[in-house]
Amino acid sequence: MSDNKLDNLPGGFEGMSHDMGSDQTAFKGAQWGKVMMWIFLLSDTFIFSCFLISYMKGRTSTVVDWPNTSEVFSLHVGGVPVPLLLIAIMTFVLITSSGTMALAVKYGYERNRKMCGWLILATAIGGLTFVGMQVFEWSKLIHEGVRPWENPFGAKQFGSFFFMITGFHGTHVSIGVIFLFIYARKVFRGDFDNAKRGFFTTMKSDYVAIEILGLYWHFVDLVWVFIFAFFYLW
Amino acid sequence: MDEIQKKEQATSTHKLGVYLWIWGLLFVLSFFSYLVDWFQFQGLLRHSLILIFMFLKAGLIMAFFMHLYWERYALVSVLLWPMTAVVGFIVLMAAEAKYTVFTRLLYFFIGG
Repeated sequence: MSDNKLDNLPGGFEGMSHDMGSDQTAFKGAQWGKVMMWIFLLSDTFIFSCFLISYMKGRTSTVVDWPNTSEVFSLHVGGVPVPLLLIAIMTFVLITSSGTMALAVKYGYERNRKMCGWLILATAIGGLTFVGMQVFEWSKLIHEGVRPWENPFGAKQFGSFFFMITGFHGTHVSIGVIFLFIYARKVFRGDFDNAKRGFFTTMKSDYVAIEILGLYWHFVDLVWVFIFAFFYLW
Repeated sequence: MDEIQKKEQATSTHKLGVYLWIWGLLFVLSFFSYLVDWFQFQGLLRHSLILIFMFLKAGLIMAFFMHLYWERYALVSVLLWPMTAVVGFIVLMAAEAKYTVFTRLLYFFIGG
C-alpha cells in the first residue's frame, strides 16, 4: 500500500498509461483482494449479460404475446390489484441494504467496530427479507401454473427466463447473506481490529475485507437494477 | 503503530453526507421507475424512461457505493471497456432475433 506515493503519480488518462506501463503493479492503490473481487464481478457481469441477452432474444423472436408483467406480478391489497407491488418493495429493501453496506464499509475504515458490525447485520437482514419475498413470489407463480416450459399468461419462454434469471440472482443474494453473517461475527469479535489470522489463510485480517464484501453486495444490487428494468418493467 | 497509521492513510474514508445523498437519490430514482409502470406509459417514452433511470441508478451505485469514482483509471478502464463487448453482443443478438421472428412469421403464418 503506497498511497503517499500515489499523490505524486500523474492522474486521469495519463495516470492510466503510467500505471499500465510501469512494469510493476498495474492497479496502484487498490489492495489485491479488491482487484480480484472486481475481476470476479466482471466475469459475473458477463454471465448475467448472457442471461439478459438470451431473454431479449427469446422475447423478441416469439410470435406469441409476452405476458403482461404488470399484471402477472401484481398483488391484491384489500381486493384491489396493485401492479408490481412486491417487486417494488423488493427493490426498496435491496437498496436499503446496499446503503447500510456502504455505511458499514465507511465505519469499518474508521475502525468503528460496533457501528460496522450492526450495519453489516442490518444488511444481512435486508438480504434475508429480499430472499424471503422472492420465495413468496416463486411459490405464488408456481401455484398459478407457471413452469419453465409453460404458463397460463402467454409466451412459453416466460417461465424459463423468469426462473433462470431471478433464480440465479437469488442464489447470489443467498450466498451474500451467508457471508454477511460470517463477517458480522468476525467484526464483532474484533478480528479486523486485532489483525487476527483467518481460518483458511494465514494472512492478517484487515477492514479492506469489508469493502470487498461490500463490492459483492453492491453488485447484487446492481444486477437487480437491470433485472428490474428489463424483466419486470420493460 | 507505524503500520496502523500507514493503513489509515491508505484507506481514506469519505464523508457520510456523500453516502446519504446517493442513498436518497437511489430511492427517488427507484420510485420514479416504479411510477413509469404505475402510470402505464407506453412505447418509446416508457422504454427511454426505464433506460434513463436504470443507467442513473447503476452509475450512482458503481461510482459511489463501489468507489469507482475514487479509483485510478487503470482499474476503471479494465472494468468498463469489456462492457463494449456486451454492447456488441446485444446488437448482434437483436439483429438475430429480428431475423428469427421474421422467419417464424413467414413459415408459421404465411407458408414458405
